[in-house]
Amino acid sequence: MAVAARERNPRRQADPAPTTAALHRSRVALRVNGRTHVLDLDNRVTLLDALRERLDLTGSKKGCDHGQCGACTVLVDGRRANSCLLLAVTQDGSEITTVEGLGAADGSLSPLQQAFLDHDALQCGYCTPGQLCSAVGVLREAAAGHPSHVTDAATAADSTRPVVLTAEEIRERLSGNLCRCGAYNGIADAVAACSAAEDPRPAARPPAPALRPDPTRPRT
Amino acid sequence: MKPFAYVRATSLQEAAAAYASHPGSRYLGGGTNLVDLMKHGVETPGTLIDLTRVPLDDIQELPTGALRIGAGVRNTDLAAHPLVRTRYPVLSQALLAGASGQLRNVATTGGNLLQRTRCPYFQDVSKPCNKREPGTGCAARDAVHRDHAVLGHSAHCIATHPSDMAVALSALDARIELYGGEHGTTREVAAADFHRLPGEHPERDTVIRPGEIVTSVVLPPAVPGSRSLYRKVRDRASYAFALASVAAVLELGDGRVRHVALVFGGLAHRPWRAAAAEERLTGAVPADEAVREAVDAELAAARPLRDNAFKVDLARNLARDVLTTLIRSASDDGPPARPRP
Repeated sequence: MAVAARERNPRRQADPAPTTAALHRSRVALRVNGRTHVLDLDNRVTLLDALRERLDLTGSKKGCDHGQCGACTVLVDGRRANSCLLLAVTQDGSEITTVEGLGAADGSLSPLQQAFLDHDALQCGYCTPGQLCSAVGVLREAAAGHPSHVTDAATAADSTRPVVLTAEEIRERLSGNLCRCGAYNGIADAVAACSAAEDPRPAARPPAPALRPDPTRPRT
Repeated sequence: MKPFAYVRATSLQEAAAAYASHPGSRYLGGGTNLVDLMKHGVETPGTLIDLTRVPLDDIQELPTGALRIGAGVRNTDLAAHPLVRTRYPVLSQALLAGASGQLRNVATTGGNLLQRTRCPYFQDVSKPCNKREPGTGCAARDAVHRDHAVLGHSAHCIATHPSDMAVALSALDARIELYGGEHGTTREVAAADFHRLPGEHPERDTVIRPGEIVTSVVLPPAVPGSRSLYRKVRDRASYAFALASVAAVLELGDGRVRHVALVFGGLAHRPWRAAAAEERLTGAVPADEAVREAVDAELAAARPLRDNAFKVDLARNLARDVLTTLIRSASDDGPPARPRP
């Protein structure tokens, strides 16, 4: 095991021995953050595990490992997805972006990442990479005019306009990302600060929403 | 997870051929449920046949005004489609009430129909479950069953069907197109008949035959002048399965109910088409009393368990509220008010 022990990531020792039937392995070209990696993987390996264990991209976190917490969120062909529920073998040829790929090539942060810093949108930070990738998806989906569960009927029926990201919209759209530190208020502020969509009907716009919990709002 | 072989199909013929040579395989759509069940050890396919490269991701308007939705269309794209938003708002609303943004970006129309119950005893292989292993018994019946069925359950199974989308499809009289079976034939099944009640065979969620592939869902032309609404009650404001939900489509004419479809979610082993309520309401003068009688008549069939009688009241209030909202909006000829979550 001396060779394996020198591996940067000790969990690689747990890789299946070469005795695993070739039937159960596949060669996959994963394109991640603009670079292509050709890997020979057990078909059971999820995209999350391939990113973390094989490519040393440990920004994406394994929280629940069942698609319930969002800590593993990455962008697949520009859309946010839970990487723990995607088998790597199915992602041959997809364009994957992880949190490591959000900033510029020179290492500077994206506006959203900077906004997270500016708005204290993180505490322990374990869930932050997934929150960031998810928020990138939220901004794109709203700009593309995708409605959500809380979008009002008139806007929901109108596919020609971007959706204005009110506090309520941001909260609904980020509900697939759970954070036990309770940094939600800062996250909602950071995403609002990066939202480009302007309300096309200012007259109909309610007063600017306070991005703080409203204790009077029913929770059901 | 058990080791498995992987086949990437690029056509329906290829997929069906792969199934024929590997019986007991599973087809993979978005995988948001199947991969999870494989991690739990509930599903242990020897071969996974990936359908995501089969060109089934189109939404087409047919010359009749019907809408054909490919089985590979992602939930996000279906919910955001302009024709779905304007003509079939109940479907868009149901999709957006389900799961999270990340999951809707991956989950497919076909996979949504074929997702399995989230009964915790079904998902836990250390517990008996007639749906997972026929003949082993039901751990839920005498344990934690607050979320379970109140209508149509059997001595063998009290699981509910988790899909929001399927509830709306039933209300819209959608048809489900299938390919495969023994000779690569095609057939179609009404959405309302696609899922089954548990009876003696809770392991069979649907009427699909081994090897068959859901290829598309066809929505008939929207009833002119009809209104539709989906409303869901759950334990938290977002990202939770329904305790109870209602999809309804309503058309008024000459002061009467000309057409009504009412379907409950979260109450039974399949979306529960409220035939008794629909029959009472069709042709009736749309008044609160008629709505109350119709909904009560439907829910008289409920057989709640020790801990979930609250669902019957929830469903009753929900159905009354949705129907009266639709009646009011149809009478006012304005857009239906969209209830808050």
